[in-house]
Amino acid sequence: MPESSITIKGKKNSSFIDTVKEIIPEGGNLNLCLTCGACVSGCPATGLADMDPRKFLRMCAMGLDEEVTTTPWVWMCTMCQRCVYVCPMKIDIPQLVYNARATWPRDKRPSGIRNSCDMALRNDSNSAMGTAPDDFIFVVQDVLEEYRESQPEFKDMVAPIDKQGAHFFLNQNSREPVTEPDELVPLWKILHLAGVDWTYGSKGWAAENYCLFLADNDSWEHVTRVSANQANQLGNKVFLNTE
Amino acid sequence: MKVNSDWNKELGVTFTIQDPCQIVRKGFGDAVADDLRFVIESVVGKENVIEMTPNKSNNYCCGGGGGFLQSGHTEERRQYGKIKFNQIMATGADYCITGCHNCHAQVHDIGHHFGGAFSTVHIWTLICLSLGILGPNERAYLGDDLKEVNVFHPETAL
Repeated sequence: MPESSITIKGKKNSSFIDTVKEIIPEGGNLNLCLTCGACVSGCPATGLADMDPRKFLRMCAMGLDEEVTTTPWVWMCTMCQRCVYVCPMKIDIPQLVYNARATWPRDKRPSGIRNSCDMALRNDSNSAMGTAPDDFIFVVQDVLEEYRESQPEFKDMVAPIDKQGAHFFLNQNSREPVTEPDELVPLWKILHLAGVDWTYGSKGWAAENYCLFLADNDSWEHVTRVSANQANQLGNKVFLNTE
Repeated sequence: MKVNSDWNKELGVTFTIQDPCQIVRKGFGDAVADDLRFVIESVVGKENVIEMTPNKSNNYCCGGGGGFLQSGHTEERRQYGKIKFNQIMATGADYCITGCHNCHAQVHDIGHHFGGAFSTVHIWTLICLSLGILGPNERAYLGDDLKEVNVFHPETAL
């Protein structure tokens, strides 16, 4: 046996891959890898941080828990699921990546993602930029007023907030209201001309959810519930997620 | 209200499409990718759409998703996005249409970083352009070739 081989002594003491298998549907097929490499060849994250999807999966299977739960690669995989799409055995590598993220101490996870999640927890907007509901309402009403006047063909255009019983609950990335409010308008125009009955929510209006990317399950659920509860309270029928 | 592509008959501005992983591969599959093409072809003209390879459910992620944009690993994110940049450049299209904010930010960034001449645009901008209702201040992501085309209320320019 070559000296560089990895020797597994006795019963493997891995817990990471087994834990993940228990919590995802069908165990994610995590035992079925044929090592064909289709995932690797079609993954844009291959080679970053000296890692690729097959290598990551094989290391998990070999019980190298320390390595797989500390590699920064899990923050470079976007969990786009192309590896699953091309995999003959439909192995759910992205779920391994997500759960590896979740093993990191929260304060060691990338600060940019963590701060965006923490911002969303500050108030009921869910905004990664920390924008308060009142600020969002002000911007929407201000921009709407301006366009109704300057483009009179749209004098009846609406951008409702908390409209009870509207068919669609529409959420909105924070970037437009906060940094480029004119970019809000084209979508409003399309909805207006199409006669769509829609509303924003004063709570849960922001579409982004960095707590998901942070793999902070409790916060992710909180943010999602704020939006869902608002749509439910307003009696909206369809939740339109623009993200 | 009916969109059409007459505005682009003479101009022949070309577009490629970044299929968003979330709604296509991870969501509704090729059916929704085809719906997206029905809209885009109606708006810019079928002859002006140049597809990336591969596309639809088999599309490559641009590298904007999963929090990568906020992760601090900027160099790796751009290395990841270089494949997408090459795919866009291979189409020779003037514009890349992106369907979500993460894609928009990433494709915009890699286009700029690697020196591509293409612009990155939201679909809502093009729908309004085709309807003749896109004002002068709603064109942040249009290139110079379309800044002056079909302008609604040009007198309101800031």
